[in-house]
Amino acid sequence: MCSWKEKLWEGVKLYEESIGSSLMKEYMLKELKNGKRVDGRSFYEMREIEVRPGSYTKSCGEAWLSLGGTKVLVGISADIGEPFPDTPEKGVMVSNVELLPLASPSFEPGPPDENSIELARIVDRALRSSKYVDLDKLVIVPGKLVYLLFLDMYVLDHKGNLADALTLATVIALAKSKIPKVSLSSDGTPAVMNEQISVPVSDPVMNFTFVKIGDYILLDPNLDEEIASDAMITMAIDGQGRICSIQLRKGFFRDVEIKKMYEIAREKRKELMSVLEEVLRVGQETA
Amino acid sequence: MLYVERRPEKLIDENGLRTDGRRPREMRPIKMEVGVLDRADGSALVEWGGNRILAAIFGPREVHPKHMALPDRALVRVRYNMAPFSTPERRKPGPDRRSIELSKVIRNALEQAIFVEKYPGAAIDIFVEVLRSDAGTRVAGITAASLALAEAGIAMRGLVAACSIGKIGDVIVVDPGHDEDMWGDADMPIAVMFEDRVITLLQMDGPMDESQFNEALSLGMSCCELVYELQKEALRRPFVFVERKVVGGGQTV
Repeated sequence: MCSWKEKLWEGVKLYEESIGSSLMKEYMLKELKNGKRVDGRSFYEMREIEVRPGSYTKSCGEAWLSLGGTKVLVGISADIGEPFPDTPEKGVMVSNVELLPLASPSFEPGPPDENSIELARIVDRALRSSKYVDLDKLVIVPGKLVYLLFLDMYVLDHKGNLADALTLATVIALAKSKIPKVSLSSDGTPAVMNEQISVPVSDPVMNFTFVKIGDYILLDPNLDEEIASDAMITMAIDGQGRICSIQLRKGFFRDVEIKKMYEIAREKRKELMSVLEEVLRVGQETA
Repeated sequence: MLYVERRPEKLIDENGLRTDGRRPREMRPIKMEVGVLDRADGSALVEWGGNRILAAIFGPREVHPKHMALPDRALVRVRYNMAPFSTPERRKPGPDRRSIELSKVIRNALEQAIFVEKYPGAAIDIFVEVLRSDAGTRVAGITAASLALAEAGIAMRGLVAACSIGKIGDVIVVDPGHDEDMWGDADMPIAVMFEDRVITLLQMDGPMDESQFNEALSLGMSCCELVYELQKEALRRPFVFVERKVVGGGQTV
């Protein structure tokens, strides 16, 4: 529920994308010198994660997740079809991010722009390189018929750090997915069964986004921090603490900084696992 | 391919009950939540049967591109969009012919209620996202968008409430569900602004004779009135909460 006081304040906020970010940055730097972030968090503290209960899609797996105020809705759709010619014995997974115009005044309707494509690819790379979904198991007839998974990621409310929110929501949605089982009848034609199977997933992969403002490195930037940042990077950590994918999205970092962020991300993944385990356990009970 | 739909044997059984167990004049459960999004100027989530519709308003704001601005009134724009995951079979993202038509009629339905002359040169953007579809998405969308407009503080003559009426065989039913939408004989969405008691959206698909049409129209009006009562309650709720806190001795929570 929105507060009306906050609404009034929004009219005079300086931070609307592109304007006033230099004023905001000056203020942030002053606070960071005192060891504080504008929203009161410590440098490597993530905002609160919540998964909204209920069913909001007609897909085979979903998650409405809020990270701080950033809200995303991910729905997984399944189908069957031909595999890609270069991977005849693997299922197909397609990622798509929609930056809905209702999520921010600066998002406009239309086909995906560079930001939404970059986000989709950041999530996709994390999932693939960590082998979160076992695509080898999503084959019905090798070379001919496989499961197709569509990961549709909807951004509903943009308050910073979409990459981490989308990755986490997608991981949850995939883990909760149930798809109809397809068997082959005696003449080799596929038949859709009433029985359902889970999407085969392994240890969750997680993305962590850091920004640099001045010389300060911050985890999970809110929108103000994202806009004021000098540099931004997203890295994915798998269940064994390995780094699976990286995207330097803005500006530059030094090698020592990158090593430090990797260490922090590895620690944070362990912390987040407890949150995630809770969510997945509840998800399985209701499924 | 993966999800095949079969027509139920009977849309109304021998006891006069519909496929989801409702009687002909029984509506599905409706839940309305106002102010679900932070960044939009106004927003609402409507859960109507299996529908999940999210509406958000931006505006009044500067018109972009500028040449679209109207000198004497606000430019009202509506985008009705179905999410790829709103149906069991994935929908291709992006507008199709159906959603473009619906955007147009929804815009008209809502524009009648807005004091557009109060905002010359400005844009009021209305986004209706169908997250989960289960028949009657346009009427649920109008209902949600109207709530979001009110929350955004846009000057309006009144709320616009909407509902659909269907026909199965010769029986007029209210608020058709998925099966009835797919295999029913007629479907008539209707939107009403009760302050002036005017109909701002009316579409029909399927034949009805005179008495059936009259019944459908008056049933449609009464269903919209029920929705309208719910809308008022949904908007009032946050204020009631504030009022109670003050009366209760000024305690802060």
